[in-house]
Amino acid sequence: MEAQPRPSAPKSVKEIPAVTIRFVGDSGDGMQLTGLEFTRATAIAGNDLQTFPDYPAEIRAPAGTLPGVSGFQIHFSSEPVFTPGDQPDVLVVMNPAALKTNLKDLVAGGTLIVNTGAFIDTNLQKAGYKVNPLTDGSLASYKTHEVDITKLTELALKDSGLNAKEVGRAKNMFALGMMLWMYGRPTEPTMRYLKEKFSTKPDILAGNEKALQAGYNYGETAELFGVTYQVKRAAITPGAYRNVTGNEATAWGILAATKLSGINGFLGSYPITPASDILHELSKHKHWGFTSFQAEDEIAAMCAAIGAAFGGTLAFTTSSGPGIALKQEAIGLALMTELPVVIINVQRGGPSTGLPTKTEQADLLQAIYGRNGESPVPVIAASSPSDCFDATLEAARLAVKYMTPVFLLTDGYIANGQEPWLIPDVKALKPIEVRFRSDPNNFFAYQRDQTTLARDWVRPGTPGLEHRIGGLEKDKLTGGVSYDAENHDTMVRLRAEKVARIAQDIPPTQVHGAPEGDVLVVGWGGTHGAIFTAVSQLRAKGKAVSSVHLRHLNPLPPDLGTLMKRFKTVVVPELNLGQLVKLLRSTHLVDAKSINKVQGKPFKVSELVSRIGEFC
Amino acid sequence: MTTPAKLTKKDFQSDMDPRWCPGCGDYSILAQMQTVLPDLGIPRENFVFVSGIGCSSRFPYYMNTYGFHTIHGRAPAIATGLKMSRPDLSVWVVTGDGDALSIGGNHFIHMMRRNVDLKVLLFNNRIYGLTKGQYSPTSELGKMTKSTPSGSIDAPFNPLSVALGANASFVARSVDVDPKHLQATLLRAAKHKGTAFIEVLQNCNVFNDGAWEHLTEKSVKDSAQVKLEHGKPLVFAKGTKGVRLNGFTPEVVTLGQDGVTEKDLLVHDEKASPSRSMLLAELLGPHFPTPIGVFRAVERPVHHELDQAQLAAAREKKGTGDLHKLLHAGDTWTVS
Repeated sequence: MEAQPRPSAPKSVKEIPAVTIRFVGDSGDGMQLTGLEFTRATAIAGNDLQTFPDYPAEIRAPAGTLPGVSGFQIHFSSEPVFTPGDQPDVLVVMNPAALKTNLKDLVAGGTLIVNTGAFIDTNLQKAGYKVNPLTDGSLASYKTHEVDITKLTELALKDSGLNAKEVGRAKNMFALGMMLWMYGRPTEPTMRYLKEKFSTKPDILAGNEKALQAGYNYGETAELFGVTYQVKRAAITPGAYRNVTGNEATAWGILAATKLSGINGFLGSYPITPASDILHELSKHKHWGFTSFQAEDEIAAMCAAIGAAFGGTLAFTTSSGPGIALKQEAIGLALMTELPVVIINVQRGGPSTGLPTKTEQADLLQAIYGRNGESPVPVIAASSPSDCFDATLEAARLAVKYMTPVFLLTDGYIANGQEPWLIPDVKALKPIEVRFRSDPNNFFAYQRDQTTLARDWVRPGTPGLEHRIGGLEKDKLTGGVSYDAENHDTMVRLRAEKVARIAQDIPPTQVHGAPEGDVLVVGWGGTHGAIFTAVSQLRAKGKAVSSVHLRHLNPLPPDLGTLMKRFKTVVVPELNLGQLVKLLRSTHLVDAKSINKVQGKPFKVSELVSRIGEFC
Repeated sequence: MTTPAKLTKKDFQSDMDPRWCPGCGDYSILAQMQTVLPDLGIPRENFVFVSGIGCSSRFPYYMNTYGFHTIHGRAPAIATGLKMSRPDLSVWVVTGDGDALSIGGNHFIHMMRRNVDLKVLLFNNRIYGLTKGQYSPTSELGKMTKSTPSGSIDAPFNPLSVALGANASFVARSVDVDPKHLQATLLRAAKHKGTAFIEVLQNCNVFNDGAWEHLTEKSVKDSAQVKLEHGKPLVFAKGTKGVRLNGFTPEVVTLGQDGVTEKDLLVHDEKASPSRSMLLAELLGPHFPTPIGVFRAVERPVHHELDQAQLAAAREKKGTGDLHKLLHAGDTWTVS
């Protein structure tokens, strides 16, 4: 450390099984980047982990204010990890507003690392502090480390040639360096990243590298931290790993689906939080022959996907709740014309514009029922960031096999959350079988496969198969317009039956825990990690509780009814006011109980342990 | 495969009988389309007709080609997805004044600014026919309909001005009762690269009879219309009158009067600036003859060609997509 080298103090290394760290600061402080880089280093160090970014809806709320606080939480462990952690053990705070909004989450007696340089009068005022919390004794119950990160970064970069603003922006790297040191992580992965990111800006690159190294050195030399921590490698399945967010996994699942089906892919999309990253990612891969189309609106995005599907292309659209609401009429057209389109809803807090950057599971009924008429659409859900890959493949497979639009539900929590992923062996992925009809003999547009009830997929350009389809009711065989009463009744039932038959593709439901007992917890979507961990903890306490997590929501797994009957109570935790629970109650006449939370935040393990515990 | 015999009009007639009202202008448009398509040298299976909702949008059912009768206003969006993913197809959009300019206005303008290679026919009868007679976005101010018993208070759109404002590369107007002109216009549109937009003035003899008779009636036709021909002066009324520019203001002049000759007249230029085409689009009766013909035909980059070029350039640079490589790109680590 150039500023004031201190004699290296003897450090003790404490081994701990798991830790949850939250980085919080102003949205201009680069906390997301700090978190992602800490994650990268942690993953490479061999821990299992989960992350949860939490940022404001505004691009940049006024600096230093409470709404402008942006956070990133990481939970890593030598044991398998399924959630980003309930409460941080360590809180890294870059300004007073961040302290004000996050201190209540820190575990009792937790570690607090504070950038004292930001605790100046104006910032204290913006955060609503009358007295500086660093001096009034209010932090006495925490292990507080005060570091003037602002000043130390300035000192480290005083000869860098960077201006004050650029220096200010590098202080997150100082904080990161300090934390990397504290947990014995290497700086190299971040250095590599910086080199890539700032390849054309050598000054900024040098400044960031220097700040990172200065932070690391500061940790080592300052007597501030008496101890460093070691979290041993997790015992995880051997193989090649990478970190992945849900949105990345979804985008790659889409590309994989085109590869496995052997046909071109098309995405029609319109920018919307928190789904836009899928559009961004796919737009980078044009060499796949993949066309990504940013349409003029949500409706056009869905319609363009339908047009592409009509042309014989593997078509997708990505959006979030409000966008899905706009697409619903067109989704009705896709199901009426029986064309395969995968509709991905990265759910966010609703209704209306709601909470764009926060997570929720309140679009399940919208997906299943949200269209005019009897309009069945299969619905599946992903349960974790990496699971989005498999779920996307499943959605595409069902869409082309049954010639139907398919909903895939993810959510803001798993879309932006990150976890290590055992990269699948590409050769072991099951092909997606696509058959285009070319035989003009005895062709009828709505003739069906006897097993799946799917009609033939016909590419325009195929001689002798010219035909017309549309949103008007179809004749059950020819696909021509029919207003016949009996035919309509038949078609409504046929469309329902076709979707119901997807049940034949659903594998037996996996039970976590014993196959019978007092309580069965039934979950779906991004709550998997919290439910799984809570049920494990309750079982460790001797409770007769098990859980299942549903991939298929419409139709439901065929064995679910009998499974639920083997338990005294069925409990359904959801981040809504009880949507799956309604389906289970109405479909299976089971007196299922609901656990709800609608705060724009995921379940904490502890709250599930206590609330499920009430039923055991 | 033997060389296919040349297609005929009959090849494009589907087995479904048109169900428009007797006397509807749509019959003529359908007949001209079926007459023209065999001359394009495109295999029948490569045609796709996409429509929205409304009387006009029944059109695909009567064409023995691939067809998609979609939902209200969305035909341009669906056709855009189809054309982007299947550039090999000849994709036609059939729409009406309500479908294109009201519920589908957004898709309509974006299709044109992108220059998607679609041939677009807008049947303009200035009324909602299928819903039985409400005013449309092209209905004249004061129009009395079921939904506007006191007269419409909404100023109408001029479809050509909208198209030109959206920078459409081909903009034309034709008339249902002028088969020859309509055929010629369809042919021009078919051969244009990029969005080719044709407004077809069409009569609804049930809900808005005589919508265009002020310019299509035999007795007034010659003086109420001016046929646009590229490179030729704007002459009408059997060669007796013309349109001249006085500064930026058009005016009707009589040839031979006050020494006016054809040389003084506005000469039509399909490739002129959009403002010139807009000036023509805004020529409206009763003070001016209504121009019929191709207002604008310019070349500009075509949407799917730009897309395909980007895909090809990416392949050139990065090779074809490799799933293993994709998943292993960036930071990975191995647990043994």
